Amino acid sequence: MSNGVNVQALLDAREVLKGAPEAAQFTWRASSKWQHGVHSTTKIQKFFGLGQEQSHKSESVFEADHPEVFAAEDNGVTPIEYLLVGLAACLTAGVASVAQNRGITLNSVESVVEGNHDIRGILGADSDVRNGFNDIKVTFTIDADASPADIEALVAQSQKRSAVFDALTNPTNVTVEVA
Amino acid sequence: MYVTTAVIGAGHAGLAASHLLTAASVDHVVLERGEVANSWRHERWDSLRLLTPNWLNRLPGAAYEGPDPDGYADMSEVVDLLERSAKDVPVRTGVNVASVRRSPEGYTLTTSEGPVHARTVVIASGACNRPVVPAFDVPPGVEQVTPFDYRNPSRLPDGGVLVVGASATGVQLAAEIQRSGRPVVLSVGEHVRLPRVYRGRDVLWWMHHAGVWAQRYDELDDLTRARRLPSPQLVAGSTLDLNTLTSMGVELVGRLSAIRDGAALFSGGLRNVAALADLKLNRLLDTFDEWAGTAPGERHEPTRVPESARWRLDLRSGEIGSIVWATGFRPDYSWLDVPVVDAKGVLVHDGGVVGDGLYALGLPVLRRRGSTFICGIEDDARDVIGHLVQGLR
Ligand SMILES: Cc1cc2nc3c(=O)[nH]c(=O)nc-3n(C[C@H](O)[C@H](O)[C@H](O)COP(=O)(O)OP(=O)(O)OC[C@H]3O[C@@H](n4cnc5c(N)ncnc54)[C@H](O)[C@@H]3O)c2cc1C
Repeated sequence: MSNGVNVQALLDAREVLKGAPEAAQFTWRASSKWQHGVHSTTKIQKFFGLGQEQSHKSESVFEADHPEVFAAEDNGVTPIEYLLVGLAACLTAGVASVAQNRGITLNSVESVVEGNHDIRGILGADSDVRNGFNDIKVTFTIDADASPADIEALVAQSQKRSAVFDALTNPTNVTVEVA
Repeated sequence: MYVTTAVIGAGHAGLAASHLLTAASVDHVVLERGEVANSWRHERWDSLRLLTPNWLNRLPGAAYEGPDPDGYADMSEVVDLLERSAKDVPVRTGVNVASVRRSPEGYTLTTSEGPVHARTVVIASGACNRPVVPAFDVPPGVEQVTPFDYRNPSRLPDGGVLVVGASATGVQLAAEIQRSGRPVVLSVGEHVRLPRVYRGRDVLWWMHHAGVWAQRYDELDDLTRARRLPSPQLVAGSTLDLNTLTSMGVELVGRLSAIRDGAALFSGGLRNVAALADLKLNRLLDTFDEWAGTAPGERHEPTRVPESARWRLDLRSGEIGSIVWATGFRPDYSWLDVPVVDAKGVLVHDGGVVGDGLYALGLPVLRRRGSTFICGIEDDARDVIGHLVQGLR
């Protein structure tokens, strides 16, 4: 049985990092550059972790823009949509990992993430409306050799251990400075 | 004063240790800073009754003998049970242990009545000496109350009450405060949901007889997690889960994650903690059915979570007059001058054996899942004192 997740490596890392909290401190980085209009390009390659500089195999490039209904050129997805990418990817990775750990073979895992957004907030049209999502709904469709209750448990456990789920559901201090 | 064994604390754990030491003819003393059953006398709220039914609360030298074995003891009845168990136990009350240090012959205890020298020491000072209060910047004007200060709702200021924590303490206080006419907002993190009764029997009857509480600490998958498990949502006599509270008018919100600019911010993950608890409850009921070898019994309505729970509550608006921190308890080892407590304040031990003649009793999942319960102490004490007696030879 394998979903291709190296769970043993993760469990080993958990044991090692229990006694070495310094090594567990990671910094993820993205570098962004304004292009034109509301279009920007953000690149990600290097990060810090396990006590030293690390690098992805290759650089990833993300274009962000606004859609034409916002009178923009639509060179890429809207910044807030990147949050949906992060949430879907994180929960999906969690489902695969938990399934591997519990000996459940996955045949397919699909999800739809919907973020409801009242844009009167960002437009300043109504000061009672927040800027961000009002709520987010994720719907998983999973085909696996497990009972419906076990599948629900996979999805619940993946939320419990998800970095992006936590980042979206709990406040985070954010500091923005001009260098 | 010289003794072979000094026991610190005259709660049920220290008393059980004493019974077994006496049975093994080990000379010993039980040092108690207050009275026998001090925690039950002074650190509990007025309405509290035990979660465990009377028939289950057996102690060495004392069992329930009244007319209502299926009832739930109030605090005076618990004190009575412990006092009966304390008969013939060499307790020195009013003796505070201020420090425990290693000495050539074992340990030296500094006490309010002078030094005590002992070859071995049993720490039975309790797992719940201090309420845990998370560090948040609560605006002035909002009264803060811990379960140690709380006696009954009438002492709370008027107005809404934010109860933080939905384990046994939190759900019990939320219910009685709501009944007192103060609207309650209950902040819910991970929790353990239990019905009071399953298939006509107390759910703790099932825990006990199906062997859940007898599961050994060295046979559990994740001992650290088991030891941190919150207490179950239970109250004497009836089911008190989140659905009950919702029906009473209590408002559920997510786990308190920050207080910022005078506003409490709650996690948006309420739905998931409820789902986890529902799934876990059903798995537990499945194990009961498996043990009983019968078809499944009743299952419970999933936890009703508000369509869109509030994630922000302004603590300066006047809506909330007080916060009740039902965020758990922790032991106090400030008097223990032996390096056996880790960075998180947890005593390091293997099934109650700390090492070098030092022992512990009464901690969560010390040797079994049922270790902190009154009914769990005798088996634990037999093992731990057995080890101690071996070491004396
Ligand atoms: C709110 C609440 C409800 C509970 N309900 C139940 C229930 O329904 N059923 C059940 O089985 N269990 C219940 N428990 C769990 C458990 O039974 C109690 O916590 C019980 O009090 C634990 O007994 P103990 O002997 O380990 O510790 P304690 O009863 O706390 O006894 C420790 C004693 O040590 C003394 N002491 C501490 N430090 C020192 C020192 N330095 N020097 C001298 N003396 C010291 C204290 O004064 C105290 O008397 C409950 C716990 C709590 C907090």
